[in-house]
Amino acid sequence: MAMSASEIEKLIREAFPDAAVTITDLAGDNDHYAAMVTTSAFKGKTRVQQHQMVYDALKGRMGGVLHALSLQTAVKD
Amino acid sequence: MSVSVAERIADDVKSNDVVLFMKGTPVFPQCGFSAAVVQILTDLGVKFKTFDVLKDPELRQGVKEFSNWPTVPQLYVKGEFVGGCDIIREMHESNELEALLKQHGVALENA
Repeated sequence: MAMSASEIEKLIREAFPDAAVTITDLAGDNDHYAAMVTTSAFKGKTRVQQHQMVYDALKGRMGGVLHALSLQTAVKD
Repeated sequence: MSVSVAERIADDVKSNDVVLFMKGTPVFPQCGFSAAVVQILTDLGVKFKTFDVLKDPELRQGVKEFSNWPTVPQLYVKGEFVGGCDIIREMHESNELEALLKQHGVALENA
């Protein structure tokens, strides 16, 4: 049960074409990542909403196939 | 999610000022993210009610649907979903969490 960094990045880019995405593999087990996502799509959204948008982009894998994704989000001007 | 679980969660988050759905207990957290949130709340000296989702599979699934949030831990203040570990950490570092708790009239012993 795991995901590759490139898979995560691909799904996020599909949802947010203008996004700057950085993925860090925290444990080398394809299961613990940190991600920084910056996109204009987050404008006017609360942190919870921004994170939920990213989870939606991962199409249900978060908390299932992907155990841990430490997430940071920012609005792109 | 059965209506009863949704009702139970709704009732729990309304009848306690600060509620943390977590893996394990404050004394024996079973996950690093849950432990981190317990530590933050303890540092602030906040009284909080916890629920161990590992002991209740229906609750574990129910909280994810209740707030459309796929992971545990989950923190609620005065019935409002505040966030998971990342957001709570970020808010604590910028003192937003302390401000939110004070704004809601929650007692902070150590702040």
